[in-house]
Amino acid sequence: MRNKVAIVGAADTEVGVVPDLSATQLYVKAARLALADAGIGKDDVDGLITCVSWAEPYVYHAEIIAEYMRIFPRYCITAPAGGGTTLTMLHHAASAIATGMCETILITMADSQVSGLSRDKAIEAMSTAGHPQFERPYGPPIPAFYALIAQAHRHAYGTTDEQRAAVAVACRRHASMNPAAQMRKPIAIADVLNSRMISDPLHLLDCSLVSDGGAAIVMTSAERARDFPRRPVYLLGAGEGHSHEHLSQALSLTTSAAREAGARAYAMAGLGPKDIDVAELYDCFTPVVIIELEDLGFCPKGEGGRFVENGRIELGGELPVNTHGGLLSHCHPGHPGSMFAITEAVRQLRGECGPRQVPAARVALVHGQGGFMSSHGTAIFGNEMV
Amino acid sequence: MADTHGKPVPMPTRETLPFWEGCGRGELMIQRCGECGQFQFFPRLYCSRCMSERVAWVKASGGAEVTSFTIVRRPVSSAFAADAPYVVALVRLEEGPTMMTNIVGCPPERVAIGMAVEAVFERLTDEITLPKFRPRNG
Repeated sequence: MRNKVAIVGAADTEVGVVPDLSATQLYVKAARLALADAGIGKDDVDGLITCVSWAEPYVYHAEIIAEYMRIFPRYCITAPAGGGTTLTMLHHAASAIATGMCETILITMADSQVSGLSRDKAIEAMSTAGHPQFERPYGPPIPAFYALIAQAHRHAYGTTDEQRAAVAVACRRHASMNPAAQMRKPIAIADVLNSRMISDPLHLLDCSLVSDGGAAIVMTSAERARDFPRRPVYLLGAGEGHSHEHLSQALSLTTSAAREAGARAYAMAGLGPKDIDVAELYDCFTPVVIIELEDLGFCPKGEGGRFVENGRIELGGELPVNTHGGLLSHCHPGHPGSMFAITEAVRQLRGECGPRQVPAARVALVHGQGGFMSSHGTAIFGNEMV
Repeated sequence: MADTHGKPVPMPTRETLPFWEGCGRGELMIQRCGECGQFQFFPRLYCSRCMSERVAWVKASGGAEVTSFTIVRRPVSSAFAADAPYVVALVRLEEGPTMMTNIVGCPPERVAIGMAVEAVFERLTDEITLPKFRPRNG
C-alpha cells in the first residue's frame, strides 16, 4: 500500500474548553474545515469514518454525521474506540481506497468531554474501564493501569520520575509554541514532580488533559491527490498490533504490541527509525511515550528513560516528539486524541508549523494505542513518495 | 446484605460461577487444561494454549508474587474514597496466571514488586466474596 494513498486535507477545530459547540457540531465543524483545506465540497466525499462520542453517543454514529451533513457515502463506518483504533481506521481507509471500494474518505473525530460531559461524569464514565468481575471490584482508576505499567518499567530498567517528567516538559514546551494548545505555560521537571500524586508513581502532570475538540482529514488515492491544491502527504507505511484487552491478561507490562505495529509499518515503507524526522506518539500518560520509543525502535528496550533526557525529544533535539503538545498539553477529548497527532504530522510535512516547525521534515511517524497498551497502530507519512 | 457503598459487585456468569463459589468457600479456583497442563485465569471455554475443551477447575495454592502495584491516591469513585490510599496490584499466582487485586494487611508503603503474598477472602455481599492478597509473612 506504500505510495498508494495520500492525505489531501486536514484540520482541527478549536480545542480545550469549547462550550459553544456540541459534540456533533465539533464533528461537522472539523469535517467542514478539512474539506475546505482540501478544496472540495461535501459531495466529493464517498467514504465517511467517525468515532463514537461519550457526550452524544449513537449506535449508527457515522450515519448520524452523514445525515447531518446530507452526504450519501458508499463506505460508512464508526470506530468504536480511539487511540490505536484511529490509526487502525486510517489503515483500513487506505485499504478501501487502494482496492477501489471508494475514492475519497473523510475521517472526522470529535468529542465534548468538558462541556458536553462534566469532569466528574467523564471520570466516572472512564471508571467503567477494566474487567467487570476480575478488575473493577478492586477500584482501579485509569491512571492506576498506567501506573502499574510505569512501576514495572521502573523496576525492570530503573526508569526514574524525572525521566517520565521530561516527557511532560517536552510536550508542554511544544504546546507553548502552539497557539491552539489547551495548556501553554511552560513547566519544568520539578513542576511535574511537585504536582499532586494521583496513583504512584504518576503525578497529575504525568496525566493527559480532559478536553473538547475535533479533527478531520481527507484521504484519496495518490494519483488523484496531485489534483488537490495542497501538497499531498503520502501514506508510506501502516501497521497494527493487538495483544490483549485487559491489563491483567497482558503477556508483558513493559513491552507492547507497538513493536509489531511499528515493524509492519517500517516494512511497508521500506524505512526504519533512523529515517523518521518527527514522531507524534500517543501520550495519555508519560510512561507510554517511553515504552513506545523503545518498541518503535528509536532506542533499545529499557533505554527509553535515558532517551528522553536532555531535550532529545524536544524541537532541536534528535527526535522531536509531539510537536503540537500531545494529549498531555495540546488536548485530549478522548477517542479523537490520535487525530490531532495525524493533523499535526500533515502540517509538519507541509511545512506549516511556524516556530514549532521541524526543519526540512520529510518523514513523520504517528503511533496510537488504546485500551491499556492493548491495541496499537502505526502510520508513516512522507511529503514525497519513497 | 453487606453495604458495598456503591462499589462494583461482580455478576457471576455460567463461565465464572465456579470461581466465585470457590471464593465463598475461601478457595481460589482456576482452570487447568487436561491436555497440555496449562493453568489459566480468566476462565475460558477452551484452553488458551492448545484449544482443548478439557479444562477443569482446580484449587490454586493461594500463594503469589507481586509483579506490579500502585498506591491509588485519587479513588476511582466516591465508593472507594474511604479506602484511599489503597493498593491496586497485579500478582502472579504460583501456578502461573496473573490476577489484579488489592494488597491488604500492611501499610501501602510496604508493598514492593517481588513481595510474596497469599490470598485472603473479603466478603463484599451475601453472594460475593472477593479474593485479595496480603504479605505472606505477616
